[in-house]
Amino acid sequence: MRPVKIRVENVSKVFGRDPAGALAKVRAGMDKGQLKAETDHVLGLHDVTLDIRAGETFVIMGLSGSGKSTLIRHFNRLIEPTGGRILFDGDDILKYDAARLQAFRRRKVAMVFQRFALLPHRTVAENVAYGLFLDGVPRAEALRRAGEQIALVGLSGFEGSYPAQLSGGMQQRVGLARALATDAEVLLMDEAFSALDPLIRHDMQVQLKELQARLGKTIVFITHDLDEALMLGDHIAILKDGTLRQVGTGAEILARPADDYVARFVRDVNRSRILLCGAFADAGLSTAPDAPVIGAEATLEAAFAAFAGGAPVVAVRDGDGRIAGALTPQRVMEALARGQG
Amino acid sequence: MTSGFPELWDTRSFGRALDAAFNGIVANWGETLEIIFMPVLRAITGLERGLQFLPWWVVVALFCAATWGAGRKVVPVIVVAALLVLLGLLGVWNDAMATVALMLAATVLSVLIGVPLGIAMSRSDRVRGGMLPVLDIMQTMPIFVYLIPFVMLFGPGKIPALLATIVFAIPPVIRLTDLGIRQVDAEIVEAARAFGASPRQQLWTVQVPLAMPTIMAGINQTTMMALSMVVIASMIGAGGLGYQVLQGIQRLEVSRGLIAGLGIVLLAIIFDRIAQSYGRRVQANLHREGK
Ligand SMILES: Nc1ncnc2c1ncn2[C@@H]1O[C@H](COP(=O)(O)OP(=O)(O)OP(=O)(O)O)[C@@H](O)[C@H]1O
Ligand SMILES: [Mg+2]
Repeated sequence: MRPVKIRVENVSKVFGRDPAGALAKVRAGMDKGQLKAETDHVLGLHDVTLDIRAGETFVIMGLSGSGKSTLIRHFNRLIEPTGGRILFDGDDILKYDAARLQAFRRRKVAMVFQRFALLPHRTVAENVAYGLFLDGVPRAEALRRAGEQIALVGLSGFEGSYPAQLSGGMQQRVGLARALATDAEVLLMDEAFSALDPLIRHDMQVQLKELQARLGKTIVFITHDLDEALMLGDHIAILKDGTLRQVGTGAEILARPADDYVARFVRDVNRSRILLCGAFADAGLSTAPDAPVIGAEATLEAAFAAFAGGAPVVAVRDGDGRIAGALTPQRVMEALARGQG
Repeated sequence: MTSGFPELWDTRSFGRALDAAFNGIVANWGETLEIIFMPVLRAITGLERGLQFLPWWVVVALFCAATWGAGRKVVPVIVVAALLVLLGLLGVWNDAMATVALMLAATVLSVLIGVPLGIAMSRSDRVRGGMLPVLDIMQTMPIFVYLIPFVMLFGPGKIPALLATIVFAIPPVIRLTDLGIRQVDAEIVEAARAFGASPRQQLWTVQVPLAMPTIMAGINQTTMMALSMVVIASMIGAGGLGYQVLQGIQRLEVSRGLIAGLGIVLLAIIFDRIAQSYGRRVQANLHREGK
């Protein structure tokens, strides 16, 4: 298994005048609503523990106000926790002094923002080079490296433009290039694609997946959109009112939601794009030699085409190339119907 | 006569003590203060003499260059040149140059003091809480209340005029620097922080540049207020156009007052044009579209 990149241990965050006192009340059993009504403190996060592994895309989901932005801002200490520990490569980042924290932010983590947050008075190239300028990289060198990232996100030729001259999708590419330019190991993306229209959004998702495959970064990605979460996430965490409800792969969460909230959360997703044929193949079913064959890692949606072609059964081949079982339309329907009640 | 409010404490002896303390300061520190402000006085006098000594067209050229540098636009340059020529035609050139010197000195000093104060205010709510009432007092206190102590300290002349002008004109640049920095999009500042900007780097790469249009509006207001102060400053020996206005009033020469007043208006328009074209260019840089 890949090593842990970021470990979050019992992190809690309360906003208000006396966070520690309010947190004690929460520990004694007060919930978010009561805390707000009785003490005017806001519970941002409560006792969140999770591991993010090197090289994975970790998606954080939850309704508005559930604490997603609060959580991701703990990873580079834009927000200080009220309690708990945050380890980066095993290092407790809460122990860093100001200088060390600045160096950490300049080299180890980079962030992409929902509303892009580009510097309007600087050109695309200067924006992308911003993190390098801060780190004292000489201007020519910084601009050269910025140029490479600009090419990587497909914006060559726009180096001298200003952010306001670009479309939203292009601006977010600049944001992405800025985050890539410092060569940080971890990218934090807070609803990075939410402000984009669906087509551009899909392009960006595909581009991010490619980048991820090529560069092997660890990506923490926040989204409201379950389809986006399932497409990008190796693991998905679901937050509600500042508490962590479930962490797992998309298929795990769909197959076994931890509680009612999660179940309702995932109810409307297109299950045929997520569930894998391997998980529903019937090993006892024999197949004709001329039956169409499909990989165990294919989604149920991929099996539809075979059934549409008139085949009564589809053989499922596992990773070793052996036929592990078969699917019938009946079984596929059952798989899709489950959890729909 | 009885007062409507009972006398709970001895205001008269308090007043006397205050006067005594102030007189003490004048007696003991007056000379020292004068020496301290000597370089400033020399600078203003030098600037005034320089502007009066240079051929008029050189001065016009200098103003044009400043306007071009501020806005990179041709029209304001032409307007400024035309207004300056008009000023010369009115026959108040030398007085106008004296006023320009005093006003420039007051504005430059106001900006040098006011912008850092505004920055300090924007960074700490406590500093802001302390500054706001002081600024309110500066803006509501009748000018003569502090004009007279300044004259007592320095004697009539350019220095008390300068100081009174600064006190009068500095609040807008302080307030608008504070406001401008506080209004900068929090997400952009957060982005700078996320990329490891130190507080100083946040200030100079994000906050001040993005607050610039607002800061410029403050500088513009400060310039206008400094200019409007020249008439009053002339009463304590600052000379310039204000003095001509004063003479006009004293001698009941309507024409003299009118012409000098017109000169002040022309100067106001000139400086407003320069400051505004700079402000507009900064604004355009922030929200550049097309081209
Ligand atoms: N600076 C703050 N002061 C007080 N309360 C805050 C602060 N920041 C966040 N909160 C509160 O913490 C809770 C979690 O907020 P957060 O921004 O993390 O939610 P989110 O899941 O990112 O929501 P969204 O999807 O709308 O972005 C909310 O109840 C919010 O009101
Ligand atoms: Mg959020």
